Amino acid sequence: MIKLKTALTTLALAGSIAAVSAPAMARDTINIVGSSTVYPFATVVAERFGRNTDFPTPKLESTGSGGGLKLFCEGVGTQHPDITNASRRMKPGEFENCQANGVKEITEVRIGADGIVIANSKNAEKLDLTLEQVFLALAKEVPNPDGGDELVANPYMNWSDIDSSLPDFEISVMGPPPTSGTRDAFVEIAMQGGCKKYDFIKNMDKSEMKSVCHAMREDGPFIEAGENDNLIVQRLSQDPQTLGIFGYSFLMENTGQIQAATINGVEPTPEAISSEEYPVARSLWFYIKKAHVGVVPGIQEYVAEFTSESTWGDNGYLVDVGLIPLPRDQRMATAKRVKDLEPMTGNEL
Amino acid sequence: MTDQSSQAEIVRNSLKRRYRKERRFRMYGILAIFIALASLFILFADIISKGHTGFLKTTITLDVTLDSETMYLDDPTDEDQRSMADFVAPIIASLQEHFPEVESAAEKRELGRLIGTYGASKIRDLLKDNPDMLNTTQTMEFLAHDRVSTYVKHADNPRYSIKLSEQQQGWVDQLLEKGVIDTSFNDVLFSRGDSREPANAGILGAIVGSLLTMLVTLAISFPVGIAAAVYLEEFAPQNRITDFIEVNINNLAAVPSIIFGLLGLAVFISLFGMPRSVPVVGGLVLALMTLPTIIISSRAAIKSVPPSIREAAEGVGASKMQVVLHHVIPLAMPGMLTGSIIGMAQALGETAPLLLIGMVAFIVDVPGGFFDSATVLPVQIYLWASSSEQGFVELASAGIMVLLTFMISMNALAIWLRKRLERRW
Repeated sequence: MIKLKTALTTLALAGSIAAVSAPAMARDTINIVGSSTVYPFATVVAERFGRNTDFPTPKLESTGSGGGLKLFCEGVGTQHPDITNASRRMKPGEFENCQANGVKEITEVRIGADGIVIANSKNAEKLDLTLEQVFLALAKEVPNPDGGDELVANPYMNWSDIDSSLPDFEISVMGPPPTSGTRDAFVEIAMQGGCKKYDFIKNMDKSEMKSVCHAMREDGPFIEAGENDNLIVQRLSQDPQTLGIFGYSFLMENTGQIQAATINGVEPTPEAISSEEYPVARSLWFYIKKAHVGVVPGIQEYVAEFTSESTWGDNGYLVDVGLIPLPRDQRMATAKRVKDLEPMTGNEL
Repeated sequence: MTDQSSQAEIVRNSLKRRYRKERRFRMYGILAIFIALASLFILFADIISKGHTGFLKTTITLDVTLDSETMYLDDPTDEDQRSMADFVAPIIASLQEHFPEVESAAEKRELGRLIGTYGASKIRDLLKDNPDMLNTTQTMEFLAHDRVSTYVKHADNPRYSIKLSEQQQGWVDQLLEKGVIDTSFNDVLFSRGDSREPANAGILGAIVGSLLTMLVTLAISFPVGIAAAVYLEEFAPQNRITDFIEVNINNLAAVPSIIFGLLGLAVFISLFGMPRSVPVVGGLVLALMTLPTIIISSRAAIKSVPPSIREAAEGVGASKMQVVLHHVIPLAMPGMLTGSIIGMAQALGETAPLLLIGMVAFIVDVPGGFFDSATVLPVQIYLWASSSEQGFVELASAGIMVLLTFMISMNALAIWLRKRLERRW
């Protein structure tokens, strides 16, 4: 009986101790949030940084670009993150939100480029697509194939319906869900790019044009596959008639099983993506909260590691994980700005 | 008479059909059990077939000459010199001894890529701790690069693509024959935190994180849950308010777990300013989630204590509190414990609420306390399953096996406790 009582009291005590916490404690680990596209690069840098210095390994959360910027802009103080990664540039609204919450000085770093590829199994025919064909295959509403400036529900079920040069099999494309930055970029670059080929859509009012160009079809041929790109790769290798949409780094990791389609005749090579000759390319960024430099130890050292030539350079270790480096002069200029922690003015956005 | 015989006729005729119906009904039951067992079997077979290789590591054992000239290092205690030194060179040199035909710089680099990137840090750390080892030859065991490991383990599995060049494959084959490359039990898996390199990734960080989180959960939900159950069952008056509370507790048990995550984010992190990604917050959220389960099962256990025990205790003059503490709680304990352990097992497998409070994160260092950033087992499995490197596929399955082991042992503990402490009247 006594035993039971002591056990209960101990548990209750332990409970009350755990419940009382010291809010907003000093922190010695760098907190990074943001894009799931930058995550594979940032984690590699963070791990190296932790291994090669006496600082603890930074903690990385993959929250998506928008989610990361929201957390980042919530305020200054150790309960807020120090750095956020993004697979698109900060929007002016987000910059204002940051300013309003006291996050005044932010340093912007462009780290490189990433391409979005449309790939299929190596056992299937290699495809040569144009942005217009991609749009026609995947949009919810497309211009009437019989001519005229009107939109109809997407009638295309086979690739060969779109263009006789394309193979005769069913359209079936697996892609990321709307929460993903890859999806945002794909819709904004590829779908919108293809859709603007039609003058009457291009001449629409901007928000109307966006709602037409950004709507993916929901009648089956486009399959939302979740954030797990590995599953897409597995499915592609099982079903040669299915195509998948994902980041270039996944293509690099799986060159044994899948091949990328050329878009507008351009092969997604690092050079073509970096020069934006490959049409579905985007830049990757991260943002540093200057107010935290000196408060949380190691931020400057982490950033220095990220922007050193052996990391993001042409032969750096990020290239091995699929980053497409910036041209050397841009790297040099950025590294210098980052060293001085030059703040953004808001006008560059 | 004809009437009776015709009725008997009807019964006789329908008898066959009724028997048939019953046989069919039983068949449905057996079929259902068979489907359940078969899917369980397929699940286990799939996980084990994918994951068993995760428990193996591929190592390369080399006699490394820690020559100060090849490394450009005279004084290993000097930090500046260490940061400029080339710790990959001695590894390449000792690999080259096995392949004297390798001459060109490009080929040497390819040879060096057989070893994972932790190889250089291993030499650096060894020299940092033992400066007198400079200019000696040491036998060291290195972890092979992920690609080598995939080749050694899965060369003839079409699910994996081999990313070594033909030349590298030849080298690995020769080293395997010589016994330089070997596979052994993957102790790294149980002694390190996460890593972006599959060969160096371990699950210890997640195990410790899960343990810390579960401790907080247990410390809060068990006493609170039992106190609530005892009060509601033994002391509370029967009125509308207690009815209302009861209905709400039952509803709370059915609330999707992500809602508790939102609550944790709004209350513990935004309002109380607690840090993100720490076991304390995770434990608090999961405690809220398991509370209803514990209260409901504890109330059921208290209810099942026969009234005769209470009446007998009251009959000899025990106060209400004595009745509860001396008789009801000890007798209801097995049921309460079972409920708590099952609730805890549920919490152990939870990821959704932790996503919102930042415990789904890349964390390398093994957490040392309740306020260190940590992740938990199911989250670690999720992170590995969504990584692009092939080596993580087997690690994710190995992680599932570890998690299942924890779950099964917790459930076994619950059964054992129940069997041991159970009392029959």
